[in-house]
Amino acid sequence: MANVFTNIGDWVTERAPNMMPAYRKHMTEYYAPKNFNLWYYFGSLAILVLVNQIVTGIFLTMNFNPSAAGAFASVEYIMRDVEWGWLIRYMHSTGASLFFVVVFLHMFRGMMYGSYKKPRELVWLLGMLIFLALMAEAFMGYVLPWGNMSFWGAKVIISLFGTIPYIGGTLVEWIMGDFLPADATLNRFFALHVIALPIVLLLLVVLHIAALHEVGSNNPDGVEIKKGPKGNRWDALKPADGIPFHPYYTVKDLVGVGFFLLIAAFIIFFAPTFGGWFLEHDNFIPANNLVTPSHIKPVWYFTPFYAIVRMIPSFLGSAVWGVLAMFGAIAVLFLLPWFDRGKVKSIRYRGTGYKVALGLFVVSFFMLGAVGAGITAEVIPEWFGNVDVTFWENLFGRVMTLIYFGFFAFLWAYTHFGWEKTKPVPERVTTHD
Amino acid sequence: MTKRQLLMKRYIFPLALAFSLIVGSASVQASEEGGLPSAGTNVQDQASLQRGAKLFFNYCVGCHSLKYMRYERIATDLGLSEQEVMQNLNFTGAKFGETVVSHMPEDSAAKWFGKTPPDLSLEVRAKGADWVYGYLNSFYLDPSRPVGWNNTVFPNASMPFPLWELQGLQTAEMKPAKPGADPEVEKLVLSQPGKLTPAQFQQATRDLTSFLEYASEPAALERHHYGIWVLLFLAFFTLLTAMLKKEYWKDVH
Repeated sequence: MANVFTNIGDWVTERAPNMMPAYRKHMTEYYAPKNFNLWYYFGSLAILVLVNQIVTGIFLTMNFNPSAAGAFASVEYIMRDVEWGWLIRYMHSTGASLFFVVVFLHMFRGMMYGSYKKPRELVWLLGMLIFLALMAEAFMGYVLPWGNMSFWGAKVIISLFGTIPYIGGTLVEWIMGDFLPADATLNRFFALHVIALPIVLLLLVVLHIAALHEVGSNNPDGVEIKKGPKGNRWDALKPADGIPFHPYYTVKDLVGVGFFLLIAAFIIFFAPTFGGWFLEHDNFIPANNLVTPSHIKPVWYFTPFYAIVRMIPSFLGSAVWGVLAMFGAIAVLFLLPWFDRGKVKSIRYRGTGYKVALGLFVVSFFMLGAVGAGITAEVIPEWFGNVDVTFWENLFGRVMTLIYFGFFAFLWAYTHFGWEKTKPVPERVTTHD
Repeated sequence: MTKRQLLMKRYIFPLALAFSLIVGSASVQASEEGGLPSAGTNVQDQASLQRGAKLFFNYCVGCHSLKYMRYERIATDLGLSEQEVMQNLNFTGAKFGETVVSHMPEDSAAKWFGKTPPDLSLEVRAKGADWVYGYLNSFYLDPSRPVGWNNTVFPNASMPFPLWELQGLQTAEMKPAKPGADPEVEKLVLSQPGKLTPAQFQQATRDLTSFLEYASEPAALERHHYGIWVLLFLAFFTLLTAMLKKEYWKDVH
């Protein structure tokens, strides 16, 4: 049997000499730093979730009816009459939320250890493009079940484009293909959600990983292992602090997969709506353009960005500023490698100012999420009694928006004017587990 | 820093933070439904589901459908035979494999009640079990309303109260009206007892809510059934991978 495989291998190598080396380059002979910690699980987990979304998505499309008349009923058909349909659907809906959990943690890891810095700017940019495509993919996917929150969420988010001067109104109609989210909207969102965006996502993921493997992974110490001493047990010319991705990180990532699946399975089997956070209550009511849900809010992973739209007041007779700020909140992340001029990568050796700023940035992100999800609107009267809720919510939300953007401004000044007092970075990676 | 301190700093703290955020957000969600009594439903309690189904088909199906729920599925999940379901629960003449559709003509219903009675297939998923339970316990006589009934959980509901012969008649004691505002209900009192005691009626509405909760997600029964085995398997799998990792990483120094 082994002989057969060798023969097939030789047969392929003869015809495509670079295929086996590609496997070695990205797996058995990709030397990754040996000191990866907990934060380094989320990249491989994101791939796992992506595969889950594609596989469960394929099975969902087999029974989903992408029309305004039939979509809602077909989802209930999947939930009740299709064998194991409920499991496939919950895996897909839970996967969508966990995708964002994993991606947010993955991005935060990159920020903490300076993985966006030279020479990895391209890896960061491609990653940000993945994030952008993922948001589009998630938004369109959320519209498909055609519940009442699908409908009103789509209406509110698409109408944001209506604030663009001159072309706004026409643009909104062009996106929806109607004057309201309707059959035409659902049809095109289905096409984009199941064909166009997954292809874009897959391509970007391949490029993201290819770009990473060109420069090699960063690590919690922010030490460039390629610049360190050479020679390890496997190869005299490879970095001394590197270990082959396979088998070392494949088996290690498998542990992460185990823990992740435990959490995912707990949600899928015991709390699939996650208290209304992953599947919202109003989305179990069919789309109805005459009945507005009491609180229109996007799913949790969009709430920080949605809050920024709401917090920016309109002026000069236009409401476009909030929309610009929302896209700006993502644009500044793209530009992070150029805001941060510091040479030290890892938070372990950076100045206190950076640690505090990053902490505040995370807090502002969560608090904006709370504003966007309507939590502040409920908590303020509960905690402070009879006060002007809108005033205090706006004040709070605007301060948080200021902190969000302030992080990037501070980071630039802090590193550009040399205010940062860094600690000495070690020559070699320090620990590993 | 000792290895243990390092572990605390790098893993335990972020994990604790993540956990507290999840719990925090969940508890905020829970407080959103504040003000309603807890329904105390249990979809695993088959006897309760059977009693709830009986109530539903005696009192509700005249106006409300469960258009995604099949009679056959009800029989399987509630441990009833085809004969029992077709004789005791199916009053619409539908076939065993068909869904529960009320005979109420939609146009006339809209004319009689001002609104077509909604399909209840997903009512509990949309409103929550506590809401449905609270709603069923909060009807009171109100001559100012077209059908003579009002409700404190869902003010100015257009539904008359079909369970009144079980609960009896509730009337409202009003708070002293503030100038310019509509009077508010202080509390509901049972002015004429029904066939059931208050405790029995609460149990009956709990059964009915349980049945509607089941109808809104029949898969919940399967979920719980398989979930525990999946978790046990995954815990075992994770343990194996952890051991595998430890073995492989022995030679990384």
